[in-house]
Amino acid sequence: MNSRTLPLIAFVLLLVLLVAGLKIADQKTELPSPLLNKPAPAFDLPVLGNPDQRLSKASFLGKPYLVNFWASWCVTCRVEHPVVTELAKRNKLIIIGLNFRDETNDALGWLDQFGDPYDINLRDADGRTSIDFGVYAAPESFLVDPQGMIVFKQLGALTPEIIETEILPRVAAMESGN
Amino acid sequence: MKLTALLSTFLMLLLSFSVFAQKPQIQEPLVFENQQQQDRFDKLTKELRCLVCQNQNLADSDAQLAHDLRREVHTMLLTGASDGEIKQFMVERYGDFVLYRPPVQQNTYLLWLAPLVLLLIGAWVLFSNIRKRASLLVDSENT
Repeated sequence: MNSRTLPLIAFVLLLVLLVAGLKIADQKTELPSPLLNKPAPAFDLPVLGNPDQRLSKASFLGKPYLVNFWASWCVTCRVEHPVVTELAKRNKLIIIGLNFRDETNDALGWLDQFGDPYDINLRDADGRTSIDFGVYAAPESFLVDPQGMIVFKQLGALTPEIIETEILPRVAAMESGN
Repeated sequence: MKLTALLSTFLMLLLSFSVFAQKPQIQEPLVFENQQQQDRFDKLTKELRCLVCQNQNLADSDAQLAHDLRREVHTMLLTGASDGEIKQFMVERYGDFVLYRPPVQQNTYLLWLAPLVLLLIGAWVLFSNIRKRASLLVDSENT
């Protein structure tokens, strides 16, 4: 190896690093959830608009369900709303709306205005349950299997593609497995 | 007439930006039992990352999540949790990324050892160069 090729090789390697870095730059803010393939955190929350009724993780065991964190102040949740509505129409799984860091009246108004696709809405007023789920953006969605394990997590809005390629196949697999 | 239309359009536009506004919340100042607790709180919140604004720590950030996580750290401190337990609580929920100082473990060996490896490579290049030049010097003296 002569003294000219070594700098050239180093330069090419640096170039490869640069291109690779630019390629993944967009994904860097998206973090892998440490909760994936772990049991979903326990929760015990009042029903939105009906504070006397409380539901816990135990009440949903045995069926696959999607936990969708949303709030009336969350702009992206409005963008996501039609997608959730479409998913609800197909009746493939239970969809739990988890309204967090929100006011009851604002949340109920939001559902009145845009429609309520959720099977049930739970209210996490101080965001404590959202911390247990490691939520740091809105919306976020967690697919939980009948054993209570998180099998998929979506950071940000659900899209029709994610529903088709990530969520429905997993739900179908759970059902054929049972 | 035209001016009022323009003005009202402008005002409507301004108004529409309010959707980006977050709900204001009154944050109660956190009270500690003693100075030692306060110091531990300050140290912990500087070492933990705010997940919303990823280049700020919990102490600096004004994001709602940072407020809530500070409150969580505060509650855990008052109930006697150790620093390790508080960090573990955060890592279980948000992953290693929440720590500004990454732990030494299998997937971070490269990160921690790379500077040392680079230093060794540099030293090797330096010494082999010095030796080469020294031998050239000897050769030229001999001729």
